[in-house]
Amino acid sequence: MPELYDSCLPLTTLREEEQLFRDTVREFAETRIKPHVMEMDREGKLPRELIDDLFRLGVMGIEIPAIYGGAGANFLMAILAIEELARVDPSVAVCVDVQNTLVNNALVRWLNPEQKARFFPRLVRNAVGAYALSESASGSDAFAMQTQARLDGDSFVLNGRKMWITNGAEAELYLLFANADMTKGYKGITGFVVERDFPGFSVGKKEDTLGIRASSTCELILDDVRVPRENVVGEVGIGYKVAIETLDEGRIGIGAQMLGLAQGAFEAALAYAKERKQFGKAIAEFQAVQFQLAEMATEIEAARLMVYNTARLKESGASFVRQSAMTKYFCSQVGERVASQALEVFGGVGFTKDYPAEKFYRDAKIGKIYEGTSNIQLQTIARTFLGR
Amino acid sequence: MKTLVTVKRVPDPETTIRVKPDGSGIVTDNIKYVINPFDEIAIEEALRIKEKQGGGEVVLVSIGGKSVTEQLRTGLAMGADRAILVLCEQPLDSLAVAKLLTKLVEKETPELVLMGKQAIDDDSNQAGQMLAALLEWPQATFASKIDFAADQKSATVIREVDGGLETIGFALPAIITTDLRLNEPRYASLPGIMKARKKEIKEIPVADLGADITPRLTVVKMAPPPKKEAGKKVETVQALLDLLHTEAKVI
Repeated sequence: MPELYDSCLPLTTLREEEQLFRDTVREFAETRIKPHVMEMDREGKLPRELIDDLFRLGVMGIEIPAIYGGAGANFLMAILAIEELARVDPSVAVCVDVQNTLVNNALVRWLNPEQKARFFPRLVRNAVGAYALSESASGSDAFAMQTQARLDGDSFVLNGRKMWITNGAEAELYLLFANADMTKGYKGITGFVVERDFPGFSVGKKEDTLGIRASSTCELILDDVRVPRENVVGEVGIGYKVAIETLDEGRIGIGAQMLGLAQGAFEAALAYAKERKQFGKAIAEFQAVQFQLAEMATEIEAARLMVYNTARLKESGASFVRQSAMTKYFCSQVGERVASQALEVFGGVGFTKDYPAEKFYRDAKIGKIYEGTSNIQLQTIARTFLGR
Repeated sequence: MKTLVTVKRVPDPETTIRVKPDGSGIVTDNIKYVINPFDEIAIEEALRIKEKQGGGEVVLVSIGGKSVTEQLRTGLAMGADRAILVLCEQPLDSLAVAKLLTKLVEKETPELVLMGKQAIDDDSNQAGQMLAALLEWPQATFASKIDFAADQKSATVIREVDGGLETIGFALPAIITTDLRLNEPRYASLPGIMKARKKEIKEIPVADLGADITPRLTVVKMAPPPKKEAGKKVETVQALLDLLHTEAKVI
C-alpha cells in the first residue's frame, strides 16, 4: 500500500525550503550570535545591531503575509527558527518567539485589514513587539487583571501596570490587555496595540533574572495613556479569547525553545566528553557517561517529535490545545533535565562561566514558568478530558 | 547588466573529509554539501552589481546531478533571478566544464560571467581561465574589488598579488573570478527562501549542449595528508638548535 506510506512522512522530514531555512538560521546563530552569547548574558542586553540582523534575516515576520513585507511562511518555520536560535542562545530565541508566536500570531488572526496595513510593515522591518498580559497580582489568574480601559470619545484611556513583559525594553508595539468594563469581569478584557511613544506610557525597571538574562523582562506603566479606538484588537470584550488562544501557539514556541536549549546543552556535553581525558582516556569512553549522553539524546528526540507534531497539528487546522500544553510541560522538563546532566558531564568546569553548560542550566528554569506554569499546563491538559 | 554566475556543489569546509580506503575518492556518506564559498562570493557580487545598477539579471549555472538543486535554490533564495542546471552525473575536468560553460554563455549572452576563483574540493583554479580562452574574452582573476564604467562597457578590477595590489582595466563582456576579500555574502532571508520556491531552475541534459567533455585527466589516487605527530618539548635553546640541525635538518 504505497499510498499509505506516502501520506505519512516522518515528523522530522522537512520540506526543501524548511531545510534551507533551518540551515540558514543555524549558520546565522553559529557565526553571528555564538561569539557574543556570554557577553550579552553578562550585560543583560540584546544589542540593537543583532535585532536589526534578525529583521534582515526575516525571522521577525515569519507568518506575516508577503504583501506586508513578511515571509508568508508557516508556523513550523517559526518553530524551527526558535529551536535553532535556542540551541545557541535561548535569550535571542525568546525575543523571536514572542514576536512571532504571540504578537504577530495574534495580530494576523485578529486585526482588520486597515490595522494590518498600519502595523505589519513595521513589525517586519524594525519594530519589536511585546505581549503584555501579566500583572503583579494577576499571573496564572490572568483574568484578575486590574489595568483598566475607560472609553472617552474616540479613544480609550488606559491606567495600570503590567509585569514580567518579555521584550519590554526593546519593543515599540505592545499587544496589551486591559479591562474595558470591570462590571463584566473577564468579558470586559480587551486587547490593544499600544505604541511605546504614546504619552503616559513608560517602560519601568528591567528585572534582574536568573536566566535568559539578555532578554528583557520589564514592568510597563500606564498613566492615562490615550489609545485610539482603531487600535482595539478584534472587538471590545473579547480580549480574554485573544489572550488565551494566542498562548496555545505560544506554548509550542516555548517547547521549541526548550528543545533547542536541550540540543545545545547536549552537543556541548558530547564535544567535551570526547575531549576530556581521565584515567588515561576520554570520558566518553566510560559507559556511565555514554549512558548519560544516550539518555539525554533520547529525551531530546521525544521532545522534538512532540514539538513538530503539535506544530503540524496546528498547521493542519485541528485542535491542539491539549498537545500544546503537553509540549510545553514536557519540553520544559527535558530542557531542565538535559541542561542539568550536561553540566554534570562537564564536572567542575561546567559550574564555571568559562563553559556554556551553566548558562543553559540557568536559562532552562524559565521554561516551567512563563506562558503558564507547569501546574497551569497540567490543569489545561486535564480539562481537555475532564471538563471544568 | 546580465550576469552569469557559476555555482559548484562542494563538501562543507567544516566537514571532516575521509578518503576511501582504495584511494578512489572521498567517503561521501553523511557529508553536508554547500555552495563553493568562492562561488557564494560571486553570487553576492552579482546581486550587489544588480542592486547598484538598479536592474539587470542574475542567472546561476551549475553542472551536476539533481542534488545540485539544493545549492541553486540557496542562491535563488539569496536573490538570484533564475538558474540553469546542466544534468551530468559523470565527473568532469576543468576543460570539460569550461566547454559546457562556453555553450551556455553562447545561449545566454551575458555581459559578465562571475566565477569563484577555484572550487574548494579539487582546488584546480582553471575553469575561469579556460572559459576566457575558449570565448576569447578578457579575464580578471582573483578580484578583490570590481568597478564598472558609467556606460557599463568596461570594468576595472583590483587583484591582490604577491607584491601588493594590481588594478587592471578591460572591456566587457568578460570573465571575473572572485577572491576571498571581495565581499561578505549575505544570508538567504526567509522571504527570499519563500520567493525562491517559485523561481525557475531549468534543467538541460548535458548531451543537449553538444560539447566534447571527454576527460583528459583521470584521478589516479587520493591520499589523506600524513597524520601530524605530537611535538617534542626541549629543555634548552641549545637542545632546540641541535634538533633543528640534526633531526629536522632545517638549519
